[in-house]
Amino acid sequence: MCISRFCAALGAVALILAAFPVSAFEVEERHFFPAIAGDEVLRIISTADEDAFEPIIRAYQAQNPAVAVDYTIASSTEVMRAIYDEGAAFDLVISSAMDLQTKLANDGFALAYTSAQTETLPDWAIWRDQVFSFTQEPAVLVVSEAFFAEIGVPKNRRDLINLLRRESAWFKGRVGTYDVRTSGLGYLFATQDSRNIESYWRLTELMGGLKSPLYCCSSDMIRDVASGKLAFAYNVLGSYAASRLPETKGFHIVELEDFTSVMLRTVLMPVSVENQSAAHRMIDFLVTMKDRPDLVAASGLPPVDEAALDANTAMRPIRLGPGLLVFLDRLKRDRFLENWENSIVQD
Amino acid sequence: MKGLIAKGSIRRRLVLQLGAVAAILSIAFFLVVQVVADRAAQDTQDNIIAAAATAIADALYADRDRVTLELPYSAFSMLGSISQDRVFYRVVERGQTLTGYDDLPISRKGISENTRRFASFTYRGEMVRAVTVVRSVSLRDERRAVTVTVAQTQRGRAVISSRITATATAIAAVFFMVATGLSFWAAQAALRPINRVARSVARRGPNDLRLVVGETPTELVPLVGALNSFIARLRVSLLRSEEFIADAAHRVRTPLATVRAQAELTHRRLNKPEHKKAIREMIRAIDESSRSAGQLLDHAMVTFRTDSLEKTPVDLVGLLAETCDRLAPTAELKDIEILRELPEDPFEIPGDPVLIQSALRNILDNAIKYSPDDSQITVRAFEDDGFWLQVRDQGRGFGDADLGKLSQRFSRGANVADIVGSGLGLTIADEVAGAHFGRLVISKNKKGAGACVSLVFAQP
Repeated sequence: MCISRFCAALGAVALILAAFPVSAFEVEERHFFPAIAGDEVLRIISTADEDAFEPIIRAYQAQNPAVAVDYTIASSTEVMRAIYDEGAAFDLVISSAMDLQTKLANDGFALAYTSAQTETLPDWAIWRDQVFSFTQEPAVLVVSEAFFAEIGVPKNRRDLINLLRRESAWFKGRVGTYDVRTSGLGYLFATQDSRNIESYWRLTELMGGLKSPLYCCSSDMIRDVASGKLAFAYNVLGSYAASRLPETKGFHIVELEDFTSVMLRTVLMPVSVENQSAAHRMIDFLVTMKDRPDLVAASGLPPVDEAALDANTAMRPIRLGPGLLVFLDRLKRDRFLENWENSIVQD
Repeated sequence: MKGLIAKGSIRRRLVLQLGAVAAILSIAFFLVVQVVADRAAQDTQDNIIAAAATAIADALYADRDRVTLELPYSAFSMLGSISQDRVFYRVVERGQTLTGYDDLPISRKGISENTRRFASFTYRGEMVRAVTVVRSVSLRDERRAVTVTVAQTQRGRAVISSRITATATAIAAVFFMVATGLSFWAAQAALRPINRVARSVARRGPNDLRLVVGETPTELVPLVGALNSFIARLRVSLLRSEEFIADAAHRVRTPLATVRAQAELTHRRLNKPEHKKAIREMIRAIDESSRSAGQLLDHAMVTFRTDSLEKTPVDLVGLLAETCDRLAPTAELKDIEILRELPEDPFEIPGDPVLIQSALRNILDNAIKYSPDDSQITVRAFEDDGFWLQVRDQGRGFGDADLGKLSQRFSRGANVADIVGSGLGLTIADEVAGAHFGRLVISKNKKGAGACVSLVFAQP
């Protein structure tokens, strides 16, 4: 493993390799965590930021000192392209795009694995023993403290819609949401909303009428809410918002009480796996994160916790399974985006 | 029993055959359940994928100048809620894939509107069950046939099948064990009447030639009938031979009496001592012969009377005293004293007095015959777990003879070659005892030499 020695020699903790092997899929970042002792490598392709994942990888390596972790970050569509179209060699695929992960498993790109640890997952958090959920991250409303200082924060969508109607002048251009055409997560939340909530299209129409700006990512929306540019942002990933809270002032998080979609971050083992044993150990490690509150705090990733969902009945985890394939259907997707554009882009 | 070879057991055969039937039925049950279960699981899956395909077909519509489709969420979520199976689909119009998996095989042969066609094949490395439906969509006055295929892997079906198979296996195993246990019991029960008949025949005494009567299962009637007719023939034949012997004895006895009378006359007329001695020998031989003939007659009578025993109350003590009286003259000839040790009270049992007296006479007669001159014979009657009638002499006893065999017909002691005898005396006594559910006890005289013969009758 010349790469491993090279890295060790440099003493680099994280390294973005310029001389990356030729590949068509687009890599955002690549980090290498050398083994403490040994020459095994676990290659992970993931949509999660290094900030969130580094503590997890370090803790994993503390238990598995022989394993070096090669951590590649890409967007969910690029992850899909890497595995589905190009057959790129990775040992684990970690993604927030439940639909794409399900499609990988459905179309035969994932291997099954069972262990005492995976058995502890609730039924809804595992599919075909191939797709394992390890976080539950709700879609939340992020509201500006300054904006809502005097009026009450809406607790459900009906109040939200009424507020937008009543105070349309005030909210013009100051409501943010995902551009579902470019954001996979935004598309997932939007399609689940359309399926579960009667008022979703009405809300979208209203936001379109208010000339709401569209965003690619949760972090940008949080930044603009905190700065007061936006009154609130709809369908922001709750875990990101929570992790920004300590360092960013000026906003708080609202979980709507009528219905809150919960995204499950999942891990699967692709057929191109080379180091199965290390991959198995990482899966076991991830699905038992609930037992490591220190890691939960450090990564900002809330673990799968059935009790927490039972306590709040509005929280609905998005169901793994073939239902998720429906909105990946070409015609369905075209149709949905067409409707969405008609609603939100009003000139 | 010689000549009778026990080969094979009906019970074992019954149990094995019933067990084999149970095993065959269990296996048949298992196979049938498995086939039915598999079919049911298959039908369930077929229905669900057909419903999904129909839901997709229902969502087809003409949009401006093309056929399009809004895939209903329920079509797939329904499949996902039942099992964790992989789902594939393809919608084709005029050879063009509208949406879905381009490489999913599609077979339109023999398919028309409102029918559906199921197929099983391997797709993407796994066995799938697929359904194809056709739906027409009107597009600018033109009917376009659109084919919808939905395929699903068979993991859920396998789970259902294996669960039912496990249940079927358990039921078949329990059924087999219960049936085998029951077949044991059934074999036992079926053979019970046979055992009963066999036991009732085996329990009989040697002279019991009564017919077998009582409840008999239909299947055993021929066997028992044959046995009864055999017993009847045997009885007739025995009776005939006894009659013959009695007849012969009777016919011999009368001329013997004549010969004896003539010999006595001649004895008186002769003077020479050697001639007189010869005649005396002759008379003694004649006496023995007539005694044997008498015993043969007795024996025939015993056999006959035992066969149709008529019981009246009999006083054993009185009978014994009477017999002693009768034989006293014979004993006196040899200067033998008969000592009587008889109780005052009578011993009464139901029985045939003629037979019992005949038995006692033969026992006492034997004692006199084998006793030396000028000796004593003790006759006792006492109670000791039954009524004992005992005759003890001071004769030579039975030597080394097997005491158990002495009561057999024509069997005699080993030390009596010099005394004429038929060997019937103890046989008669034994048969009489047997007919009265008693027994003959032969033992050596405890006090010095001599024999001790007892008739023992059970107290009524």
